[in-house]
Amino acid sequence: MSIQTQLHKILHYFQRSEKSAKVAKERLQIIIAHERIERDKPDYLQAMQKDLLDVIAKYVNINKEDVKIELERQEGCSILELNVVLPAFQEKN
Amino acid sequence: MAKIIVVTSGKGGVGKTTTSASFAVGLANRGYKTVVIDFDIGLRNLDLIMGCERRVVYDFVNVIRGEANLNQALIRDKHVKELYVLPASQTRDKDALTVEGVGQVLEELSKTFDYIVCDSPAGIERGAQLAMYFADSAIVVTNPEVSSVRDSDRMLGLLASKTKRAEEGKEPISEHLLLTRYSPKRVATGDMLSIADVNEILSIPLLGIIPESQAVLRASNSGVPVILDQKSDAGLAYSDAIGRFLGEQIPHRFVEGKQSWFKRLLNFREKEAV
Repeated sequence: MSIQTQLHKILHYFQRSEKSAKVAKERLQIIIAHERIERDKPDYLQAMQKDLLDVIAKYVNINKEDVKIELERQEGCSILELNVVLPAFQEKN
Repeated sequence: MAKIIVVTSGKGGVGKTTTSASFAVGLANRGYKTVVIDFDIGLRNLDLIMGCERRVVYDFVNVIRGEANLNQALIRDKHVKELYVLPASQTRDKDALTVEGVGQVLEELSKTFDYIVCDSPAGIERGAQLAMYFADSAIVVTNPEVSSVRDSDRMLGLLASKTKRAEEGKEPISEHLLLTRYSPKRVATGDMLSIADVNEILSIPLLGIIPESQAVLRASNSGVPVILDQKSDAGLAYSDAIGRFLGEQIPHRFVEGKQSWFKRLLNFREKEAV
């Protein structure tokens, strides 16, 4: 083992294990990536989600959380994905 | 046609007004006829930083409402030729600024000025939106600190969508990052985000780094923009930033902190080894 590596090890020992700037960077990268996705969504998406929810609720008894709307961008077009969890189907006698 | 620059940040207290004042002085010093406008309606402060607070008679809102004309409201700067200040109003009326009103004033100023510097208020309310709406360039002032970086990213989102250039599908606003209150010492100890960290997160061109400096408070105490203190690190860093804004290639300085004797020894040994 060279002298430098030993010295580095000693230096490292006196330094705190994780630097706060590193933590800051990681936290920022995660939250900013998330917020960029949110802000790239068109403004009408939320209003449309509410309208769709109202239409479905007219026919089926569902909760707000049972409807998920995702907009996925691809080259040349966007795909609107609508995911509705319906309550268990009740058979008529 | 004047070039319109907005100085923005989202977060308050990061150095927007300090930057607006120094940028305006720097541009005027280079011979460009420049006007700096305070968009912080209700919380006027650019006048204090520029040292012209006792000469305010009419303001931005007076001009928009037609209560005064531009020549009456513009204050000629004492320090530099070719520089004028348009102060904000102290009214509490939130709706004092309108798109049409601001647009008309900027158009009028465009006829005679080379640069219009818009000092944005903090936040994302009307004043901040209007300060950026007509801009050609944006200087995003950021501290190497989590809330400031996050807010800056938010402002970049607004610059790309809620501005005239964005709405009309024109060439986007040119964005410049100005990192302020930078402390190389704290970066070296791992307790402050580095230039590279902030650059990686925001990914817009770096215009300059203004080091944390006692000169900034001294400058605002005396109402003389810090760029005029050419003995100070901050003043020199602002001068460099002006040069880069005008297209000059200037290396960044004041980014290396003094290293401890122990680290220096290590680095020295490493160099020796190579």
